[in-house]
Amino acid sequence: MASSFAVKRLQRELIKLQAQTPPGITLISANDFSEWHLDIRVLDDTNPLYTNQTYRLRFTFSATYPIEPPEVVFLTRAPNGADPPVLNDYPVPMHPHVYSNGIICLDLLDKQAWSPVHNVESVCISLQSMLTGNRKNERPPNDADFVRSNMRRPRDISFLFHDEKV
Amino acid sequence: MESEDDFNSARSTDDEMMDDVESGYSDDDFDDLEIGEEEGFDAHDKITATQKQSYEVEFKVWTPKDIDEAQLRLINEVKDVLGQSPEATAILLRYSRWNREKLIEQYMDNQAAVLEGAGLGESNSTEARVQTLTGFTCDICCDDTSPMTTFAIKCGHRFCIDCYKTYVNAKVTDEAEAARIKCPADQCNRIVDNKSMELLVPDNLTDRYHELLVRTYVDDLENLKWCPAPNCEFAIQCKVKAKELKKVVPTVHCDCGHDFCFGCAYNDHLPAPCDLVKKWVKKCEDDSETANWISANTKECPKCASTIEKNGGCNHMTCRKCKHEFCWMCMGVWSEHGTSWYNCNRFEEKSGTEARDAQAKSRQSLERYLHYYNRYANHEQSAKLDKDIYVKTEKKMTQLQNHAQLSWIEVQFLDSASKALQRCRQTLKWTYAFAFYLERNNLTEIFEDNQKDLEMAVENLSELFEKPTDQLEKMKVEMMDKTAYCNKRRIILLNDTADNLRKSRHAFWSNDLGA
Repeated sequence: MASSFAVKRLQRELIKLQAQTPPGITLISANDFSEWHLDIRVLDDTNPLYTNQTYRLRFTFSATYPIEPPEVVFLTRAPNGADPPVLNDYPVPMHPHVYSNGIICLDLLDKQAWSPVHNVESVCISLQSMLTGNRKNERPPNDADFVRSNMRRPRDISFLFHDEKV
Repeated sequence: MESEDDFNSARSTDDEMMDDVESGYSDDDFDDLEIGEEEGFDAHDKITATQKQSYEVEFKVWTPKDIDEAQLRLINEVKDVLGQSPEATAILLRYSRWNREKLIEQYMDNQAAVLEGAGLGESNSTEARVQTLTGFTCDICCDDTSPMTTFAIKCGHRFCIDCYKTYVNAKVTDEAEAARIKCPADQCNRIVDNKSMELLVPDNLTDRYHELLVRTYVDDLENLKWCPAPNCEFAIQCKVKAKELKKVVPTVHCDCGHDFCFGCAYNDHLPAPCDLVKKWVKKCEDDSETANWISANTKECPKCASTIEKNGGCNHMTCRKCKHEFCWMCMGVWSEHGTSWYNCNRFEEKSGTEARDAQAKSRQSLERYLHYYNRYANHEQSAKLDKDIYVKTEKKMTQLQNHAQLSWIEVQFLDSASKALQRCRQTLKWTYAFAFYLERNNLTEIFEDNQKDLEMAVENLSELFEKPTDQLEKMKVEMMDKTAYCNKRRIILLNDTADNLRKSRHAFWSNDLGA
């Protein structure tokens, strides 16, 4: 999947992540250079929304990574899991920019705002801080419709980053 | 070569045109200029070629070379005013969306802010672009090979040159960006300048890059638009503004042969104004007509309001859902019918009157729509067939040349006839959309007469056109006459509607019921 360019970069990122990850971030699996799984936790205990919760992220890399952003979603169930699959093996954090199917609306992950100097670690840290700063126990306004009708992949959705404050 | 002449004569008026681009137009020179292109190649249209008709608008076709030169000229003018290099001036102009006055004014007001905004700020280091460094780690590929060739623009965010190239390459190919590519560093708004781009863009992409740069010029100017025909590289300049579109239908003719509306880029839709076209097209595509069909062909159960289509059988209806029994004819309760089964004579009963009224109204509006739609669709279909006719015409022309020993120039009347047919059908088609929205007043009758005359002229010519090849030669004069007549009728109709539109003498239904 990934090009040699992307592979070279991901190799280096992986060596770094295997040696050490920032607090609250755990590398779960990186079996190849197209899909990695990481867990994140919110470290701020004063935020009741995310206490004692661990969220699983799936990074999918294209051949153009890191020129183009990776696709990042919160996983809702384990891949190749139970059959029939159990809904919500993993929790999806409550946040006005996170849909209940795990799709994240964050400008950093959009082509326009993405910079190739970002990496897996910095995206995890950004998501951590996005959650930490949030006190609203709510989903995006059109969550129900979006989750029901969305058949597209996150990269093909043009999000409107209407609210920069959250 | 004819096109060469056109080009040269167009060049001589370039300076005027440039002024127009920059400073807007005055209405005075609108009428002075004449138009020859529209009918210029058509021998039978000579009568109309000399003067501008009132439905025609002033426009000019720009070749890619014209666009390039106009940009260069503007850059050269502005660079002296601003005291900047041509590269920097180009960036500034693209930043200000090619608005010279606005740029100069803002630049004089607050030079630093404009430079910063355009990504040319002086705040950071100005070290050389390419440097070979030891002990450097590229933040994109995380490579730290020593020594490494690196690259940075003025902001000083340095990356290895391969990553920089890959980044720029991806922006140009995948995102079609050229003039506003930012430094790859996070949150850095510095724009990669022209000179750096020339260095970074690989040879196989330079053409694409320059094309994209040129595009910003046309994209940013309100009075320039790309010809929407596939693979056409020309742009059209026309001064009709968006707010005038209710009164003018600015149809332009590109040198590639494509006729389109400058206002909405839709195919030639004379005489209907853009907003009617948009409404009409939507109406025809919309499934609002499905709803219309439903209301004309179905009734609702008087009790549970389920929609029911009666597709045969007697008037005694039993609703499948609520088991309510009623009469299809009068919508009244079935039990009240007594013994007069299968023959409802209760028409005057109040219980069904209201339902029937609603039905009648909907049916009437549907029929009115269908009247116009069928005629519109018919001409659209015929216009499509015109494409086949055109191919046949060419064949006929060759046949005639062999068969009757006619020269190429002597068979051109067939080509003219075919073109006239296509053009007139296109116009006729839109007259029906126009008429659908047209509110009835004194002028409607004149419009309808014009429409009828054109339609008859077109059908007469069309009939002639389908005659077998061996008869065509004898009908040459008749055909030429009828072609000229068609063109004349079209111009009369278009001039009439254009005049009335300009003077707001036509009124249109605001809803599409036409009642």
